[in-house]
Amino acid sequence: MSKFLDIILSTQFFYSIFRVTTPILFASMGAVVANTAGVPNIGIEGIMLIAAFTGVFVSAATQSAAIGLLGAALSGILLAGLLAFFTLYYRTNPILGGIAINSLASGGTIFLLYLFTGDKGSATSVASKVVSEINILIIRDIPVIGEIISGHNILTYLSLLSVVFVYVLIKKTPLGHHLRAVGESKNAAESVGINVNRVKLIALLISGLLAGLGGAFMSMGYVSTFSRDMVSGRGWIAIAAEAMGKTNPIATAVTSLLFGASDAISNAAAAVGWASDLVRTIPYIATIIGLLIFSARELKKARL
Amino acid sequence: MSEYLLRMEDISKIYPNGVVANKNINFRLKKGEIHALLGENGAGKSTLMKILFGMEKPSSGKIFLNNEELEMNSSKDAIAKGIGMVHQHFTLIDSFTVAQNVTLGIEPKKGFFVNEEEAIKFTKELSDKYKLYIDPKAITGTLPVGLKQKIEILKALARGAKILILDEPTAVLTPQETEQLFAELINLKNQGHTIIFISHKIREVKEISDRITILRNGCQVGEFLTNEVTEQEISNKIVGWKIDSKVEKKELKEGEVRIRVKNLSYTSKDKSPILKDLSFIVRAGTIFGIAGVQGNGQTELVEILTKTRNIQNGTIEINGVDIRNLNIKTLRDLGYSYIPEDRMLKGVASNASVSENLISDEYDSPKLCKKSILRKGEISKLAKSLVKQYSIKCSGIEAKVGSLSGGNIQKIVVARECKNIPKVLIAEQPTRGVDIGAANIIHRELVKLRDEGCAILLVSADLSELMKLCDRLAVMYEGEIVAYFDDLSQVTESELGLCMLGAKKHAPEQIGRMLYE
Repeated sequence: MSKFLDIILSTQFFYSIFRVTTPILFASMGAVVANTAGVPNIGIEGIMLIAAFTGVFVSAATQSAAIGLLGAALSGILLAGLLAFFTLYYRTNPILGGIAINSLASGGTIFLLYLFTGDKGSATSVASKVVSEINILIIRDIPVIGEIISGHNILTYLSLLSVVFVYVLIKKTPLGHHLRAVGESKNAAESVGINVNRVKLIALLISGLLAGLGGAFMSMGYVSTFSRDMVSGRGWIAIAAEAMGKTNPIATAVTSLLFGASDAISNAAAAVGWASDLVRTIPYIATIIGLLIFSARELKKARL
Repeated sequence: MSEYLLRMEDISKIYPNGVVANKNINFRLKKGEIHALLGENGAGKSTLMKILFGMEKPSSGKIFLNNEELEMNSSKDAIAKGIGMVHQHFTLIDSFTVAQNVTLGIEPKKGFFVNEEEAIKFTKELSDKYKLYIDPKAITGTLPVGLKQKIEILKALARGAKILILDEPTAVLTPQETEQLFAELINLKNQGHTIIFISHKIREVKEISDRITILRNGCQVGEFLTNEVTEQEISNKIVGWKIDSKVEKKELKEGEVRIRVKNLSYTSKDKSPILKDLSFIVRAGTIFGIAGVQGNGQTELVEILTKTRNIQNGTIEINGVDIRNLNIKTLRDLGYSYIPEDRMLKGVASNASVSENLISDEYDSPKLCKKSILRKGEISKLAKSLVKQYSIKCSGIEAKVGSLSGGNIQKIVVARECKNIPKVLIAEQPTRGVDIGAANIIHRELVKLRDEGCAILLVSADLSELMKLCDRLAVMYEGEIVAYFDDLSQVTESELGLCMLGAKKHAPEQIGRMLYE
């Protein structure tokens, strides 16, 4: 127990919270943008997985982390575009469309992995690149804080910036106003000549980009390779965070951080050798408890 | 050259399913006039205006603006030509400020961002210019309907509307708000704007408009100068036959207390009080009216009375039975009926047939159902007799309810709820948005029930309806009963209007009189 506490109270632990939160944060911001425009993006999990896969193989082929990252982001946008194409223009149910994306990602990545490497488990044989970590001047020299805040992966900093980006986008820009208008009242948006489908398409594309960056971090930062189903529910956790944050970017970021922290705790518990199958469930149990508390509160409010 | 600003010539609209909504209509608008468009529900007013606003394409016919033919594919084109429309159901974003709503889609920019200050300034100048005073920074969702309507008008003006289409703008307003709207409309007219005013209310049309176009069954009845026709003439032209809107009531015979509401309070989830200590009784053989501007607690009161909302504090007794723990089924078995305000949401199942809707309250009665099997023959016999009795216009009892006009759907609701002579009837805006003919049938039915000893609670925003039907009348304002009249012959509409706005209150003794034993 004391060993566990030692880990929990160390600066590495707090450092790791930011690290494990990164993919969830990106994805939850993607969920915020999509839901603001009233189009639920259930396909986030699958988009992340395909982006993780694309990042590894593009960076290996080009021997450039930057191009790999770009490829991952593009694959996210493309997949979200596919979802938009079917749901907005061919009226597929968005939930079904999202489920289709997730199934496609899960099976499709394994299929391609086997095709490219002959291995159905992971791409360790592929010499892929990772996105580098950077130290921040001045801050890195501050004791404690420097160790927690400096030295992260570029994507981790980007994920924090994405919160600012989404906040400013939604609250301050004309596009953001249109996103909110479309999400809140389609008729009102239409009545002033806003092209509702176009706005929803843009929302889905942005959400695909953010989910794609989250997926890229999984295979190009968190670890340095691709393995099957490596996103393992982070997309769903992000959707849960968005629901609890009520589509508000700041509240959603805070919830994401809480889920990240529980993820870090489970890592710490595994490190001290506690039954790893059990401690691995911590983030998921935290999500369920979080959603329970959230819906109980909502129910109480609705009953009043 | 023609003297008209806008001409819609020979407009016909036939929908793919064969419904003829407009037939050879010629609608002409003079610059700077207020032109009323009158007709019953389903007469084709909305279709005609949707065509003018680019939302629908006519099957044939042409539209000329300043003698130039208009080709419109969407309302965006109409807006670009200076045509604006204020829909009956507001199209506003509740979480936005007034300024954000007014400038939605045409936001002033500063770099990548919305220039909120400029938007507020713009809205302020616009509202000053047209004397449509409103706080640009107020959050839209918190404003009363009268102000929301102003935002809609400002929205149209902000986009350069010269021709304004107002779809039943007074339906949701108090008499005072209506007067204010009329003053604003006159002011707009004086500044060179042209207004199309769609309405049911003949008296208002008489007051505000310069000319009138009347439609009936998709055809044009005629175009008139307002001051050359009387209200009676207008009304006859709308319906197509002479109507007698007077309702004969028998002498008041009060029976026992059927509804007793005691100290009923209700607080919303954001902790604001919606109903404050309401107490009243409704006796058998009376119509007890509740007047008030929408949103002063009437909806919640009716929801609590009909058990779709929980009772928080206070008691409600129906026929002497406390209903707190009753479910709707047992409540209905006590002889309890409800005509809801929103007929499409709560009144009917629009995909079900006329006969299914007519029996949905008693499908399990022994008369209609034997050993869990519906008795088709009995059901169709009953449905056919009701269709005849309530003059419901439909292609047959198997027709889908959703395909009927609003007035006929409402007649179905009324027929179902009244057919078994209930002991207690809650009628919530029973004639809202229905044509004069159907409203008349419904009014007569309510009075017939009263004469037979039913206790009726009538919640309505239509003052003339309340004045015509009620024996007792209470006015609700901000969740309280602020006025009570036990003799309606002494009341004027303007006095009622003042009470509805909270400008006048009765003394507690006067209000206490409604609890007479």
